[in-house]
Amino acid sequence: MLTESQQQIIQTIVDGKKHLPGGLLPMLHDIQDALGHIPAPALGLIAQELNLSRAEVHGVVTFYHFFRHEPAGKQVVQICRAEACQSMGADKLWEHACSRLNTQGGTTADGAVTLEPVYCLGLCSSSPAMVVDEQLHARVDTVKFDRLVAATGSVA
Amino acid sequence: MSIRIFVPRDSAALALGADQVAAALDVQARQRGLDIELVRNGSRGMFWLEPLVEVQTPAGRVAYGPVAPGDVQDLLDAQFQTGAAHRLCLGLTQALTYLRQQERLTFARMGVTDPLSLADYQAHEGFAGLRRALALSPSEIVQQVLDSGLRGRGGAAFPAGIKWKTVAAASSAQKYIVCNADEGDSGTYSDRMAMEGDPFMLIEGMTIAAVATGATQGYIYIRSEYPHAIATMREAIAKASAAGFSGSNILKSGKTFHLEVRKAAGAYVCGEETAMLESIEGKRGVVRAKPPIPALKGLFGQPSVINNVITFASVPIILARGAAYYTDYGVGRSSGTLPFQLTGNIKHGGLIEKAFGITLRQLLFDFGGGSASGRPIKAVQVGGPLGAYVPERYWDVPMDYEAYAAVGVTVGHGGIVVHDDTADLSRLARYAMEFCAIESCGKCTPCRIGSTRGVEVLDRIAAGNNNAKQVELLRDLCDTMLHGSLCALGSMTPNPVLSALNHYPQDFGLAVPVAEIA
Ligand SMILES: Cc1cc2nc3c(=O)[nH]c(=O)nc-3n(C[C@H](O)[C@H](O)[C@H](O)COP(=O)(O)O)c2cc1C
Ligand code: SF4
Ligand code: FES
Repeated sequence: MLTESQQQIIQTIVDGKKHLPGGLLPMLHDIQDALGHIPAPALGLIAQELNLSRAEVHGVVTFYHFFRHEPAGKQVVQICRAEACQSMGADKLWEHACSRLNTQGGTTADGAVTLEPVYCLGLCSSSPAMVVDEQLHARVDTVKFDRLVAATGSVA
Repeated sequence: MSIRIFVPRDSAALALGADQVAAALDVQARQRGLDIELVRNGSRGMFWLEPLVEVQTPAGRVAYGPVAPGDVQDLLDAQFQTGAAHRLCLGLTQALTYLRQQERLTFARMGVTDPLSLADYQAHEGFAGLRRALALSPSEIVQQVLDSGLRGRGGAAFPAGIKWKTVAAASSAQKYIVCNADEGDSGTYSDRMAMEGDPFMLIEGMTIAAVATGATQGYIYIRSEYPHAIATMREAIAKASAAGFSGSNILKSGKTFHLEVRKAAGAYVCGEETAMLESIEGKRGVVRAKPPIPALKGLFGQPSVINNVITFASVPIILARGAAYYTDYGVGRSSGTLPFQLTGNIKHGGLIEKAFGITLRQLLFDFGGGSASGRPIKAVQVGGPLGAYVPERYWDVPMDYEAYAAVGVTVGHGGIVVHDDTADLSRLARYAMEFCAIESCGKCTPCRIGSTRGVEVLDRIAAGNNNAKQVELLRDLCDTMLHGSLCALGSMTPNPVLSALNHYPQDFGLAVPVAEIA
């Protein structure tokens, strides 16, 4: 179920974007920006307004890795796992993050941190790279990781 | 007069603390009563020196780097704002060997100008290409691009002029210019740098394409991993249109070209041009079968020019200085320059714009200074995740499309990822298969299922289970993917896998052929 204010936010976004050619992606981006994820009940509303089936909208949302189906944790940590970062120890960094946060990726049980892999941030000459709450960090080692992630108090 | 100090706003500089350095400079200069003008320029592309701070002196710009926020006080104490000596001082920027040895045509303004200053852009040859184009007929513009020999920089290296000519000749009420800024390949960031560091160059290139083909609407499809590029492009488009360099009635020519940024959503396959079109149309990014070619039936079914960021960005200088100027650079059918991106385990990683024909060995050692770890370089992946792992015996092959193709390597987008001797190539081969499995659009079986099977076979090989037989199976599978896939994601994933297997058999638990040991 959507709250009344969520419903209103989504409706405003849909109204603003539905006449745009290929407006579905911009619409989904706006919804995720506003609500942090794309709530399932939003799909029916979008489908109706765009004259699509709910399945079609669901198909689009699930095709793209960027869209979240659930809200993220308080802090979002993304570690690049692509080749250039691998060559500078990204696998070890990922393992370190997993053991520090006690997760294999995804949101920690207490909802404090969401840990996700990403595949290249365009910082490949200063690898390994990661993102913490939308801030980019390059040449990350385990010490830097601990400093950045512990700074918000989310590491147990 | 205030002192001009340059602190880059490029993402890589930001990731290394450029904003904190700028803030410290601002605060401490004010405390000292110094009148400074902070310019947030693009990056020079020497990433081991970022954040690279420059100060304007009568002798030219003097560079300091890498500068940490904690160095600012010390720099000011040493009077670095006058170009004074300091342990971080690198001398005149233009005299730095790494830069001096390049041939910067497309990246000539990179790090020099303020990316969002129209005045700066024009003071450095900006919009000269567009002005020239507006004085020519559309077919004359297309002819310039044809004569330049410019080939697509996004991977497939198809001649840009031929695409433009096809779209120009098509009759339709609506045509589109679409810029592929999905840049999903590991080891590439030249599109990102161009958009963050010199966005008007891309706008100018796309506007020239519009004038040449009669398109009135354009889209730049930028990956969601590049929020800074998205913001900079949006701001630049607004500025360029308000000043009449794009938008309605371009430079009072009566021509129109509206430009819009579309944010992608984290699917690698959407870099494939037809999948990108589907995505811009608001659908799943599933690859379309060709024909019809997008030049005739592209975005929303209309004739569309689709090019990479660097392809469009190469056009302004071709128009401004003429096709012959451009073809003076390069070799054979690879004309002009390419921004090579040296990444991974490399001491001096960065962007090197050079004419085609340079060798990997020159890039790795003359520019790169060898590995970052100090260990021997073992394998170099060229051309992104679908590119081959290149062993040392090919490092002296001149980098041009044909010479590389002859030894089974793709130049691609110019991305170079370096691995030292601790790398396990069977693990990297497995990663390539897994990447394909995760990113497959799902349209065809060899790619969708084959990649998953590939991961399983590689796991069995790693476990040492009957390797000779499993390797046979792997080769057979790669053959099916190569011949049975609709697009290059499925058909090129065998490149990294087979090159790893062929050149580094020891990593797969196989004997090294006698000829190789010599
Ligand atoms: C799986 C896949 C991913 C691709 N990713 C990109 C990309 O990120 N950027 C790009 O310009 N081209 C990419 N390409 C190539 C495009 O399909 C297309 O050839 C290119 O955008 C055309 O522009 P150009 O001729 O200027 O190179 C990709 C191709 C495939 C098969
Ligand atoms: S090769 Fe893979 S990505 Fe390309 S069309 Fe087939 S399934 Fe889709
Ligand atoms: S590979 Fe990690 S930033 Fe490019």
